[in-house]
Amino acid sequence: MADQPTAAERFIQGILPENPVYRQLLGLCPTLAVTNSLMAAVTMAGAVGFVLLCANVIISLIRNLLKPYLRIVVFTLTIATFVTIADRFLAAYLYQMSKTLGPYIPLIIVNCIIICRCEVCASKQSPFVAAADAVGQSLGFGLALSSIAAIREILGTGSLFGLRVMPAVWPDWVIMVLPPGAFLTFGLLLGTINWITARKGGKKIA
Amino acid sequence: MNYLIDILLIALGAALINNFVLYYFVGICPFIGVSRHVGMAVGMGCAVTFVITIAAFIAWTITTFVLMPGAPLTRLAASLFMPAETAARVDLTILSYIVYIFAISSSVQFVEMYVRRFFPLLYKAFGVFLPLITTNCAILFACLTIMSHVVGAENPADRWDLGRALTLAFFGGAGFTIAIVIMAGIREELELCDVPKPFRGAAITLVVGGILAMAFMGFTGVDSGLREAMTAKPAVTETSTSVPAPAPPEEKTLSKAFDFHRVSTPIEGPANILRGESCPG
Repeated sequence: MADQPTAAERFIQGILPENPVYRQLLGLCPTLAVTNSLMAAVTMAGAVGFVLLCANVIISLIRNLLKPYLRIVVFTLTIATFVTIADRFLAAYLYQMSKTLGPYIPLIIVNCIIICRCEVCASKQSPFVAAADAVGQSLGFGLALSSIAAIREILGTGSLFGLRVMPAVWPDWVIMVLPPGAFLTFGLLLGTINWITARKGGKKIA
Repeated sequence: MNYLIDILLIALGAALINNFVLYYFVGICPFIGVSRHVGMAVGMGCAVTFVITIAAFIAWTITTFVLMPGAPLTRLAASLFMPAETAARVDLTILSYIVYIFAISSSVQFVEMYVRRFFPLLYKAFGVFLPLITTNCAILFACLTIMSHVVGAENPADRWDLGRALTLAFFGGAGFTIAIVIMAGIREELELCDVPKPFRGAAITLVVGGILAMAFMGFTGVDSGLREAMTAKPAVTETSTSVPAPAPPEEKTLSKAFDFHRVSTPIEGPANILRGESCPG
């Protein structure tokens, strides 16, 4: 813990070793809620990435002005500002998608990933490192979301991005796009990934 | 009478049918993190229910009097320096997220101070949960739902009043408590089970949560059945005298407004989405 990781390390860490969803178990609400179609998941990851990048850079720029006891309030207000921007943008250009995502776009404000990254990285390091960290983390978040969404959409509706991929005999397994499917898919995937890492690296990543 | 039915259905919907945790996936973090012992789960549930009701009160008040288009206080303030008809159209809803998050975090602070001063025992029981609640999405979710019913209502008759807002919040919190306590009970037993190693902890909790969500899906449709049962008798006398009864609007308020799980299956409109996407860039 002596030295802070460099930009490249931050970037790599976000994607797999410190994946926000599978490793840190952060930001679970959108992970479960918007993964019933791949398109929704990608849009959500994009919105989170935008907010995370902007918030990280801004917080990093003003990190020397922050008072310790006010920092959480400053974090949330910064995040809320960018979430409003993202929300208005989606409503203007992707109206159908913003209807689909519903309240989960505003709920990015209380998404623990962003607050966690502001706290861990942006409030301690330079804007460039913070930006690299944000990109890495949002890529990791996007990958995690897409993996869950792809499984749920293929099993649940037999299609991907709305295009049919399964043969016509495939009975749509509707439970997968309903709430229980989210819990089951994510739980099983999480267990599988734990199993793979345990087999591959022993206790390397814990 | 209709009002009572409304309240009852909102309560039932928030607590069981569209349970905050198991249907809308808000408040998952405490659901996974704090549901290890029944005692802790009850404490967390009570704290959330408490704060959520207060936050809903604040959110409803601010939305109705300040934020929504044509809100009285804003109109009054704006009419000081612009013509009256322009002032009536001032719309501050774009600020809603910032205002809500600020209201929630400050109300949590005040609640914490108040409880510590006057109910030290309760404060001890809540422990670390109170500050944690600030970032609990269930609270913001309740505020947003209330906002969508206040601002989104087409005609003033559908607009939610304070009673409905508080009912949604309180019973939403109760639903959260029910879910988290059931989960804690199951997890206490799971401790004794021989769960495969990679699945210990969060993974098995999620799988069990899935089964629980499946069980709660059994409540789907209870609300419409109940409404029919309750409105069947007076319908003859009431519909003839007045109004196209609040039945259809209520249907919309509970299910349509946030019903993306049912409506939004991906088949809906890739064409629309793609067309929309090619717009900006």
